[in-house]
Amino acid sequence: MPPANPRRDLRGSVAIVGASESNRIGVRPDASALTLHAEAAKNALADAGLGIKDVDGLFTAGVTSVQLGEYLGIVPRYTDGTSVGGCSFIIQVEHAMLALAAGIINVALITHGESGRSRIGGIGAGHRGIPPDSPQGQFEAPFGTMGPPTLFSLPATRHMHQYGTTQEQMAQVAVSTRQWAAMHPMAMMKEPITVEDVLASRPVCWPYTLFMCCLVTDAGGAIVMTRADMARGLQRPPVYVLGTGEGTEHNMVSMMADMTTSRAAKVSGKAAFEMAGVSQGDIDVAELYDAFAFTPMLALEDLGFVQPGESGAFVADGRTAPGGEFPMNTNGGGLSYTHSGMYGMFTLIELTRQLRGEAGERQVPNANVGIAHGPGGMFAAAGTLIAGNANSL
Amino acid sequence: MPSTSDGSVTQYAGPLPQPTPETQPFFDGLKERRLMVQRCEACGQAYYYPRPICPHCMSDYVHWFQASGKGRVYSFVISHRSRPGFEAPYVIAVVELDEGPRMMTNLIGIEPDPEVLRCDMPVEIVYDEVTLEVTLPKFRPVEQA
Ligand SMILES: [Zn+2]
Repeated sequence: MPPANPRRDLRGSVAIVGASESNRIGVRPDASALTLHAEAAKNALADAGLGIKDVDGLFTAGVTSVQLGEYLGIVPRYTDGTSVGGCSFIIQVEHAMLALAAGIINVALITHGESGRSRIGGIGAGHRGIPPDSPQGQFEAPFGTMGPPTLFSLPATRHMHQYGTTQEQMAQVAVSTRQWAAMHPMAMMKEPITVEDVLASRPVCWPYTLFMCCLVTDAGGAIVMTRADMARGLQRPPVYVLGTGEGTEHNMVSMMADMTTSRAAKVSGKAAFEMAGVSQGDIDVAELYDAFAFTPMLALEDLGFVQPGESGAFVADGRTAPGGEFPMNTNGGGLSYTHSGMYGMFTLIELTRQLRGEAGERQVPNANVGIAHGPGGMFAAAGTLIAGNANSL
Repeated sequence: MPSTSDGSVTQYAGPLPQPTPETQPFFDGLKERRLMVQRCEACGQAYYYPRPICPHCMSDYVHWFQASGKGRVYSFVISHRSRPGFEAPYVIAVVELDEGPRMMTNLIGIEPDPEVLRCDMPVEIVYDEVTLEVTLPKFRPVEQA
């Protein structure tokens, strides 16, 4: 008899019951990072039909949960500030699930807000320098490794060398994602682009050109979670948590054991699929964090949608575009919709909308089971959520 | 205004490392043009960056040794944005030393051109004396015989 998997008992035990962005996203010179959190929290709670006083579990990253709790004026009895990069909010879905399922809390609020473009509010990721006596300050920063474009790109080069992956294939990810963005009312970039446009855009850090890099925006996002029984009594169709996973590996990308695969993602994805009891072929819609064009390609491999080295060929023919057989990043992604810094929250919001069937023009037909997944830092961490609507239980 | 030992005056604007007690021997070694790395006596593996407990087996029976300074390019990128101390385009690379460990570095003495640069190309260390106090380990291609 195989050993029991304690995660299996948690399948479907909790649900996402509210999800929203801040009032507006993109360029918000009128709002600090904390206000973006607060707007999103207010909107997500309204979506759920709940109030801030109902929240007894507070989860956030970028800012601390005490900064946020003070701003929102609440006294939660459970808090989690896991902050391992952009996937932190996906990981916090797992943590909220555990606290909800244990009965410690009844309503979990997970928020994100970042003034990535306008840099207002003085807190949040990106506002902290690298201390010169930290490992990064001693062993990476002295070589001009400033910012994600110079760091997130290193695995792409190795993947190109090892598997023959091309810039054209990466460019196709940007092209397909832009087609989805054209159908999202809040997306920043909607003009159609071609592979040639992407390759001809300004070089940022080879192998990446500008259109292969995520946007830099101001945005907030939030979700609300409850146990499944309570969720069924609320106003929106519950989006059930079927499987979750998380993992961490290195911190500095130079310490990544094999740049052609993320151990963190493999640990995270395996846990989520085993808990959900579904296979890759059961996934109707995928929201895979696209900090750069190559980022979701590696996720496709590490999550088992394709074999190692095959993601380039997989995305090359527009398979992930609207009308393709593998709808991916249906909100337009970090490449074209929004990317305030820690984008993972927006994979959760879009997955919720798709599984509720409320994504409008960009709705994937018959989307019953979907996945949200992202790395944190430079493939340092990973978080995975497999969720489904009532048809998936 | 700092000056290097060859007498040239420099105003280095790039980020400088600030050693901690555990990493000081590494930076001291660079100033003497020696690449000092640690090896674990318990599991036999060399590792980088410096720390007193082996990241492979958690033994604290580790010692410093002088690495050959030879290795291969594991991966690289070409940054097109100038930064303090770095005029674009410049090459950021991860080099795998012949002894095993990998380290972040810059490739110098080669065109920053993806048609010229290759993963797995052999490289050797260059000691870049950026200030009087700090020497950084950079790498250049090994001339093919
Ligand atoms: Zn050891």
